[in-house]
Amino acid sequence: MTLKTLSPGPRPAGDVRSKRRTSLGRSGLKASGTNVRDRAERRLAVRMTAPSLILMALVAAVPIGYALWLSLNQYSVRTAGLSRFVGLDNYSSALASHEWWAAFGQTFLFAGLSVSLELVLGTAMALLLNLAFKGRALLRTVVLLPYAIVTVVSAITWETMFQPNLGLVTNVLSALGLPGGDVAWLGEQGYAMAVIVLADVWKTTPFAALLILAGLQVISAETYEAAELDGAGKWQTFVHITLPLLRPAIVLAAIFRTMDALRVFDLPFVLTRGANGTESMSMLAYSQLRENRLIGEGSALSILTFLTVMAVSIVYIRFAGGNIREVAKEDQ
Amino acid sequence: MSTVTATGTTAARADRSHPTRRGVASLGPGRRPGKFGPGKRRLRGEARLHPLVWVFVVAVMSFSLVPFYWLINTSLKTGSSLGEGELFPSQPTLDNYVSVFGSSEFLLAMRNSVIIAVVTTCVALIFASFAAYALARLKMRRKGLILTLILSVTTFPAIAIAAPMFSIWREIGLYDTLPGLIIPKLTFALPLAIYTLTSFFREIPRELEESAYIDGASPFQAFRKVILPLAVPGLATTAILVFISVWNEFLLAVTLTTSPAARPVPVAIAFFNGTSEFDQPLGTISAASVIITVPLVVLVLVCQKRIVSGMTAGAVKG
Repeated sequence: MTLKTLSPGPRPAGDVRSKRRTSLGRSGLKASGTNVRDRAERRLAVRMTAPSLILMALVAAVPIGYALWLSLNQYSVRTAGLSRFVGLDNYSSALASHEWWAAFGQTFLFAGLSVSLELVLGTAMALLLNLAFKGRALLRTVVLLPYAIVTVVSAITWETMFQPNLGLVTNVLSALGLPGGDVAWLGEQGYAMAVIVLADVWKTTPFAALLILAGLQVISAETYEAAELDGAGKWQTFVHITLPLLRPAIVLAAIFRTMDALRVFDLPFVLTRGANGTESMSMLAYSQLRENRLIGEGSALSILTFLTVMAVSIVYIRFAGGNIREVAKEDQ
Repeated sequence: MSTVTATGTTAARADRSHPTRRGVASLGPGRRPGKFGPGKRRLRGEARLHPLVWVFVVAVMSFSLVPFYWLINTSLKTGSSLGEGELFPSQPTLDNYVSVFGSSEFLLAMRNSVIIAVVTTCVALIFASFAAYALARLKMRRKGLILTLILSVTTFPAIAIAAPMFSIWREIGLYDTLPGLIIPKLTFALPLAIYTLTSFFREIPRELEESAYIDGASPFQAFRKVILPLAVPGLATTAILVFISVWNEFLLAVTLTTSPAARPVPVAIAFFNGTSEFDQPLGTISAASVIITVPLVVLVLVCQKRIVSGMTAGAVKG
């Protein structure tokens, strides 16, 4: 507290310092008498965050806890309210089923394909948006448009593009005599996945591009000037300076996009209803729950989906993201 | 590599007096190249773009825009022309739009979507503005842990919330109602709002609170009278982002509704789609899609800067 009043200048950006200051304030609690406001501030902080935390516990933690309970029971499809405790049976039968592993593999295939395309395209787009040229503002607006679109609409848009006779892509392909012109894309294994990946890339590459662009813009111009003065070529500059400095932004985009891709639901739901090798983990849980009314099995599948996504995020944070920890550090 | 960076710092130090690249770039394309010497200090791509770069620009623009065009094109076709891939509809018709606006189901879905998105956004913003301020500015224990928890909720798969909510709501009668959708949607709207707002609050200069404190304000008064009015742009940005994400949300909406009474637009369109696998009313669906896309496009055109700053807020620090 004392530190705060003594230095009214702009607070240095270093967040380590703010952390140190906090601990200083805490240890000095007994010693100095100026800590009345310090304590008031802490109390206020608790009161301001409590409503949100309670609300989030109610809408996130309680349902997930209840899902755990549901997943340990079997519910009668015919008689409402009739149930029996079955322990982990729902999990063992899910993990032994072909459907779960198929959905698991398809979800990861989708996530792997779409996220890698989005990162490559997103980096290219970001580099483009970072160039100073006439029409850059227009390009940014245009690129941003698909991002704001309702996912269901982006699914429908790509459905119109790939319809056998009506579609632009199918027509162009057959006009050029290329394979795929006479294929019902959404009705064929493999092709259906390609459309879903494309629809996702179309809608979410702007997000990756803007995150990476923000990373590009904080690389100082002087760094580039120095590289240029040292005679580094454009490619050398890109590989040895731009990419390493962009790594945190790219990893962050990868994390956000992967977490999102692993819960994919809307696109396959609208485009294929999960047919032709496109059923995702979320879709499988949904169809057990809603269409087959298997509450116990559906809950077990949704918990499995949840655990899978969380496991991937932990792996990411462990191995790829020193920068996620930095983000967390900034928040202290 | 190491030599490059080592010399880089010295060169950078010697170069401080020069305008930065971005500063020069804002002078526009009228600046003569070569003014600062033989191309050494030329802007990245400022003078002349490689023709291949232009090809790439055009490709990116087409990739973004052509699907929209095709959606509109499809929405202007009916009957047999829906089976043809004409680049321009030979007999454009607004019939599809007329039938969409004539459908009470679609209008009801619009109403539901607006109510759900507005209420969820407002509730999330009210709760989040307090929490975000405390997390951004006040002294507090376990701040890092709390923020990590909040951030991790945004990565939860919605099915893990939807599945139990489906059972709970059917038991207590909230299934297939608007409140029954608004409450679970807060699960994702609230953390998004808190996270975005926290980074906006951090950007407000600290001196403002300091001087409020010196004037005798309590921390809460400083928040309410000084910070909150200044945070209006950040609040607006957050509201836009939360609104878009709630408007787009599909899984909770499709799991927790069963009739047009509570169905929001994305679900209504998806079920429009699903009547039969072989005879799809693709023209009408496209028209409905265009209709709900127009407001979002306008939003992007008007609030582009806000959306971009909100999307990247907190992600990468300068």
